[in-house]
Formats: sequence, C-alpha cells, structure tokens
Amino acid sequence: MKVALFGNPNTGKSSLFNHLTGLKQHVGNFPGVTVEKKIGLLKFGDINHSIIDFPGVYSIYPSSEDEQVVYDVINNPEHKDYPDVACVVLDSSNLSRNLLLLSQLYDLKIPLVAVLNMWDLVDKRNILVDVEKLGIVFPGVEFIQTNARVGFGKERLLSALFNSTSATVYCPTKDNYIPAVLDDKVAQEEDIKFRYTWINERISQIVRSKPNVDDRTKKLDRLLTHPIIGYFIFLSILFLVFQFIFSFAVVPMDFIDLKFSQFSNWVGMNMPAGLLTDLVSQGIIPGIGGVVVFIPQIALLFFFLAILEETGYLSRVVFIMDRLMRPFGLNGKSVVPLMSSVACAIPGVMATRTIADWKERLITILVSPLMSCSARIPVFTLLISLSIPQKQVAGIFNLQGLVLMALYLLGIVSALLVSIILNRLITRKSAGFLLLELPSYKNPRWTNVLLNVWEKVRIFSWDAGKVILVISVLLWALASFGPGDNMEKAASNCQSTQDFARLSQQDQEQLIASKKLENSYIGIMGKGLEPVIKPLGYDWKIGISLITSFAAREVFVGSLATIYAVHDESADNLRLIDRMKREKKLDGTPVYSLASGSSLMVFYVFAMQCMATLAVVKRETNSWKWPLIQILFMGIMAYSAALLTFLTLS
Amino acid sequence: MSTIDDLHIGEKAIVLTVSPSAICSKMAEMGLVEGVEVCVAFKAPFGDPIAIELNGTLLSLRRKEASLVNIRLLQT
Repeated sequence: MKVALFGNPNTGKSSLFNHLTGLKQHVGNFPGVTVEKKIGLLKFGDINHSIIDFPGVYSIYPSSEDEQVVYDVINNPEHKDYPDVACVVLDSSNLSRNLLLLSQLYDLKIPLVAVLNMWDLVDKRNILVDVEKLGIVFPGVEFIQTNARVGFGKERLLSALFNSTSATVYCPTKDNYIPAVLDDKVAQEEDIKFRYTWINERISQIVRSKPNVDDRTKKLDRLLTHPIIGYFIFLSILFLVFQFIFSFAVVPMDFIDLKFSQFSNWVGMNMPAGLLTDLVSQGIIPGIGGVVVFIPQIALLFFFLAILEETGYLSRVVFIMDRLMRPFGLNGKSVVPLMSSVACAIPGVMATRTIADWKERLITILVSPLMSCSARIPVFTLLISLSIPQKQVAGIFNLQGLVLMALYLLGIVSALLVSIILNRLITRKSAGFLLLELPSYKNPRWTNVLLNVWEKVRIFSWDAGKVILVISVLLWALASFGPGDNMEKAASNCQSTQDFARLSQQDQEQLIASKKLENSYIGIMGKGLEPVIKPLGYDWKIGISLITSFAAREVFVGSLATIYAVHDESADNLRLIDRMKREKKLDGTPVYSLASGSSLMVFYVFAMQCMATLAVVKRETNSWKWPLIQILFMGIMAYSAALLTFLTLS
Repeated sequence: MSTIDDLHIGEKAIVLTVSPSAICSKMAEMGLVEGVEVCVAFKAPFGDPIAIELNGTLLSLRRKEASLVNIRLLQT
C-alpha cells in the first residue's frame, strides 16, 4: 500500500516519518519537478508498504513550488504517488489551524488516519482535547494519540493504517468538494474561510481550554527577539559556530587530503604503468578526494544549522533579519541559504526553496556563490602566506588573519551590493511576504539532526561530486595530452641538459612532469590566456591553474604544485610556498608580489569558478539563462576588481 | 478602521475583515479570518515585522501584511 504523510509544518511530521521508517528511507523526485520526495519503507506484519513524506503545508493550496506537490497529487487520483491511505499529522496543542488541512483532505475522500502528535504537550500545558468528539466531527477517521519524539503510539498507528475497515459513515464539510483552481486566490480564500467558520463552530466542544503560547517560548522570545540583545545573541551564535567549524574541521580535512594523495601515489606506483593507471591516479582519485575533503566542514555547518532549526530558533533569525534584508531585495529567509553558502553554495542554493517569492528567491540564488565557500580557503591560505607579510597589527592582530577576514567580508558586502543592483534590474514585481509561524521552542531531536546532516552531505557529494569528477577527468586528459609529440620532445629536451643528471630522481620526475604540462593542451590554453590576464599580474602558469580550478576552486593549489614541479605531502604546502616565492618574472621581480597575490585573492572572491554550483543553479531556475548571467557578472566583477587591486598595489 | 499594524505590544483585538490582496488565501490559511482574537506579542526593530499570537501560536507578518487586517480593539 502507498501511505502519504501530510501535515502542517512544525507538527513533528518528520520525526514521525523517521520513527515509522526506522531510517529505511531514500530520496527521489516527484515527477516533473525538482522537489525532493522522501520515501520510506514501512513493514507491517510481513508486508512492506511505502510511505511518502510530503512537504509540510497549512492547506492544500500552495504558495511555493514545494507545496504545490501536495495539490498536484491529491487532485489527481491517477498520479503515481496518489496514496491508498493518508496519515495526517496534527499538532495536538494547536488543533483549530491543523483541522483545516484535515477537513480538506477528508472532503476529498482520501482514506485518513489522523495522528494527534505531541500528545505530551497536551498534558504538560493543561490542554483538554476531547478525542471522542473529534471522531464524531470527522466520522470514519481514526484518531491516534502519539508522541513521535519519544516514539509512543507507533503500533496503534500502524494497525490503524493497515487494518482500517472502510468507513461506513462519512460526513463531509462540503459535499462533492472540488478544490479551487491554482490561480483563483479569491475562491481559495472563500474555501478556507468557510472551513474556519465550520471548525470554529465545533472547536469549543473539542478543545476545552484556552489556547496560549507556552511560558518557556514567551520567556525565550523576550531575549532572542529583543531589538538589541536578539542581534547580539545571533551574532555570537554565528561567531561560535564558524569558530568551531574552522578550528575543528581542519583535522579531518588534512587527514583526508593526506590519505587521498597517498592512495593516488600508491596506485601510481603499484599498478602497471600506462594510461589507465594515470587516469585513475591523477584523474579519478584526486577528483573524488576533492569532493570528500569538504565533507567535514559541510557536515559541521549543517549540524549546527539543523540544531538551530530543530529548536525553532532559525525562524526567529528570519524574523529579526527580515527588515534588514529587504532593502537588498532579499527576504529574512535568505539568511539561512547565505549562511549555508559559507560552507558550500550548492546546499545554499537548494535551501532557497523555502522562499515563496520568485524574485527574492532568484536574487538569493544569484548572490549565494559570492559568499566565501570552503573551497576558497585552501586558495586564500596559500596566497596569503605567499604575499602577505607575517606581522602584528595594532599589537594584537595578525595581519594574515585580518586579510582572511577581509576577504570574507568582501564576499558578504559584495553579495549584498549585487542584490541591490539585481533588485533594480529584475523588473518583475516582488510579491514578497512573510507569513511565518514562529514555532514554540523545543529540545532538538538528535536523530532528526543527524538525518538532516546526512541528507545535506549526500546532496553535496552527489551533486557536486559528479560534476567535479567529470571535470577533473577532463582536465586530466587536457593536461596529459598535447598536440603531436610536443610533450615528449619537451621532456627529452630537458633530460638532455647537463643540470638534469645532478637532480635527485624525484626532482627529475617532477621536472619532466612540469615540462610535459607546459606543452599539453591545457598548457597551451594557459599561454593563450596570458595576454588577457597579464594586466592582472598573472602569467600563463597561473592561467593554467585558473582554468583547472573550474572543477573546484581548491584544484588551484594542486595545479600549481604540478606546474612548479613540487611534490608536497605536508598539509601546509611549505615546499610549494617556498618554490613560488622564488618564482621570478623575466625582469627579475617576483611573480607572487603583494600586488599580484592580492589581485588573485580578489579574483577568487568574485569569480564563479564552480561548475557544480552552475549546474545546480540551472536546475533550480529551470533555464541556462540565470547561470549564464551569473557566470558573466561574477566574471566581470572578478576581472575588474582584480585589475583595480593590482594597479592600486603595484 | 484600525489594523493590526496600529496595535501596540500586548494589545488584543478581534479580526473584522481582511482587505483583498495577492496573498489573501495565504492569510486566511494562517488563521487570519473574521472573528479570531489576536494579540501583538513582540515586534522587530522599526516595528517590522510583527509577531502576533493567535489560536495559541505565534505568527510573524510584515507591517504591509498587518495593515491589511482590519480589527476592533478589545478593551483590557
């Protein structure tokens, strides 16, 4: 049987889903749309049933793409996801609004089992709910009291779902109910108003106590939404979260980095020499490593975000930030996607789905990649230690640290400025609204938190992973082949010089690799690019690295290591930095000066060097138009800002 | 007629009508319908957005949206 799980947001629907399926779940897509469909396996007796967790909605009428899935499915009994029985999750402490959705689904004659969830709160807050009366108001619907957070009521719910005898009595709110069409907001309003009137006539017999917001929520809100203290707390939380991520993610990241480069070396030495070995050791393994290395950071950030969301705090962030974000054409709901983008723009772009207004959502998507993501950190760290002197400023601050902070700020400020411009340029009128429930505060449920983290990591590894992998294989091919036999000639030329024999074997191999790269297709592309990037202070070697970092920004570091023939397994790239410091231009001045190094850093702040993000933007906006516009405006910004930096500093 | 936008923190009112808008169905869905009692719980700086208590839950709305909800102030 196919079971559908419906319910308002914040009713503990996901907890119930996790609890029912016991983590036997997978994610698919609803046909024709990019909305994720969570499907779980539900075992009752010896039979397997499937259960679909639908997006949380307050009524069947949608106001976002996610919510429309519910409307599409329930209005089409032929739909592949149309349920045999639906389970409607109700928040027992707030029945009047929850009954709206129930009454609509009831009238559509979908067999229903209603779950009175969070039943514990009913006792705790002295709410008096007459369950028997509910059964009289909705004859044929079985009402089950549960508390999904501690897992009580599962057996009763399952037997109600699968042993339900077809209802004999049926007493709809509206006979022959046909939902209003999507565009007719007035008819929808009429339908909803009619139902509220109907519910309000009966609610006093069902709920025999006055509904109110619980005391803990009231007390916490006095602090967390306070006009001054509220912002202070939010900033402190942000600071702590990022401090924590940066100091703790480094350890597993260095470890992963080391293991992958060791593995790729091992493969290179132990597999028979040849093209296939090279493909595996230089294309595929580093490609996968380039994805895996970001998982610790992404997992940590989403771990904290999930906790903040579970407790109910994140909606307060939306509340206090909404007014501040509006002048930029953004929404309070843009804050979370932008914060996620500090780890990785991919989950950030995907998190914009909660923004109902298309214009506000589009702007958020377009500026998200300007937030400095984790892939920029290796690039920034390398360039900072290369071109920024190690010294103290004002006694306590480290100049290198200040520059890193400035780069992050530059990303944030430019994201906001670009939003203002886009807000002017995109003429479509914004119908932005903020009708947002502020749920009562709850303790986080760890299964939900961990599942949420797992889901985000999965999205990142899959979405970014496949693009990064394909591009790193492509780049490997471009770097391994060259026109005619140029590469072989260059290699044998350098072998015949007198100095060559004096080098150690490792240095010899690296020198050959470097010469080969120079004459490969990618080397030719780098040289072709040189006239364009020369005004920014870059040479063709940097040009190659700019091209390769289209796979992912951090590939920049690895490419430079190959070009400069430095074999460096240490995490801090000391040998590479040392080698790059010695790199001179024809006139004897260093290539990596304060001016060119800063110009490169600024370039990396702005440039849209992430194919995986472009692919996700294409999917989320359903056209190539927006990703192309994005790559264009970010490219122009990168080039002009880098040029300006170089000219100012040199 | 006064609207939710005119209320101070702690003031209670009864919703009379909701002026037509593009999001009228969404407003109704969240419980802003005739006869419901609302109370302003707190406001963000500049008085925007506003958090109101209705039916035992907290709902936030922008001033623009709040000004669509016509109310009758309850004397306390």
